[in-house]
Amino acid sequence: MSGAVIEIIQPKGKNAEGEEEAPVVVARAVYEHPFVVRLCHWLNAVALFVMVGSGLQIFRAFPSFGAKIPQKDLLHWPKAFAIGGWLGGALQWHLTFMWIYIATGVFYLGYQLFSGNYRQVLFTHRDIPGVWPMVKHYFFFGPKPPVREAYNPLQKHAYTTAIGLGVLSVVTGLVVWKPVQFSWLGWMMGGFHYARIWHFAVMWAILFFVLGHLVMVILHGWNNFVSMLTGWKKDPEY
Amino acid sequence: MKNNDRKINDRKMDEKKFRQIGRRELLKLTPVLALGAFAIPSLQEGLLKKGLGFSDWASARLFRSGHLATTFDNSELTPFAKFPLNTYDVNDPGVIFENWTLTVSGAVKKPGNYTLAQVQALPRFRQNTRHICVEGWDVIGRFGGARLSDFLQLVGADPTARFITVNCADDYYESLDMATALHPQTLLCYEMYEQPLTRQHGAPLRLQIPTKIGYKQAKYLTDLKVSHVLDRVGYWEDQGYSWFYGL
Repeated sequence: MSGAVIEIIQPKGKNAEGEEEAPVVVARAVYEHPFVVRLCHWLNAVALFVMVGSGLQIFRAFPSFGAKIPQKDLLHWPKAFAIGGWLGGALQWHLTFMWIYIATGVFYLGYQLFSGNYRQVLFTHRDIPGVWPMVKHYFFFGPKPPVREAYNPLQKHAYTTAIGLGVLSVVTGLVVWKPVQFSWLGWMMGGFHYARIWHFAVMWAILFFVLGHLVMVILHGWNNFVSMLTGWKKDPEY
Repeated sequence: MKNNDRKINDRKMDEKKFRQIGRRELLKLTPVLALGAFAIPSLQEGLLKKGLGFSDWASARLFRSGHLATTFDNSELTPFAKFPLNTYDVNDPGVIFENWTLTVSGAVKKPGNYTLAQVQALPRFRQNTRHICVEGWDVIGRFGGARLSDFLQLVGADPTARFITVNCADDYYESLDMATALHPQTLLCYEMYEQPLTRQHGAPLRLQIPTKIGYKQAKYLTDLKVSHVLDRVGYWEDQGYSWFYGL
């Protein structure tokens, strides 16, 4: 469970009189990311990379949302930024990694729910008052709001949205993969055509999140990055 | 943060121990590296084949015999002229209709050559269903023909057999699981839009399976085999596509 705080100390030797000196606290560290969260984060990151790459290769086979005759191509995605080499290859990657993508997502959600750790990341109505001050700060016209927990309201909003998008990517993908068996889901999305459009749109929304996420990770520095590897964040702001 | 709050900061750890813990936690993530196996050329093909096989297994579990594919109004049909033609080598393998028969073999009581008239003597079903290509496009067509399940009954197919394999005049070949073959919407199709099947669309007889992806709908059928083991899978499957590919 996250939230444990420790002090990192440097033990001191004996002073001139031969008395032991008290150790000095050199830093604080907080355990932010439980093992399951870190494991799922990285497995899911790899799976997402493959899903997007192979998905774009699949899209190359029919880069359109209209009729086959006449076909109006929407986008000529370069093959160099796609995975699988051809449609059949890309489908193999897509239909293999979707299980890793789904499994890590389900395992993550289950863990967060049952451990209660979701409170760290779930955006709720209590976070709403903190949104505007944080926006002002991010856009350089407000003071930095005090940091009291792992994620500020905007971070919670971003992560909650990203997880929701992840769920949507799976649900829309299920309809594209099995439009007959999941016909009721397809009906909710406006039919097979729309499911394919939603699946594509959700991918871009996820990529938009990933871009923002990477920028923020770089801006937040090394200790923050390491926390997603070891779980411990050194010198937290709170 | 030296004026610490004792209530929260109840643990102290020296620097060395902290680094040790960090390393240990990092090592616990090594399972992620296992995904690197997919980047090793000699392992990649086998792993992806396993993944695709797992998806096929799951697809078969998701298939429900009683669940029908959505059918559509005539007003929603794709105009016949806009119905795409996908073939793997020729548009018309030049079947001589007068001589055409469907050769039935394998686990059946009455093997032999069946004429189109014998297929057409079975109850005819017409359905407006969605045809989805693996490429991603789809059309809604009006198809007519006999239920494959009725034909299997006619030829006395072994009810415990597991697969149907077909060969085509253009050397295309395909296979089906028995559950899909017995599905009420799986047709031996001889008409489209209430007209006899055109040569380009697979005359005189093709498969029409609204619960399967496009490449399973083999055209210009010449042979049909009922079997317990699958000796030949399918043309596109042999290129690396999914076998079950149920929709």
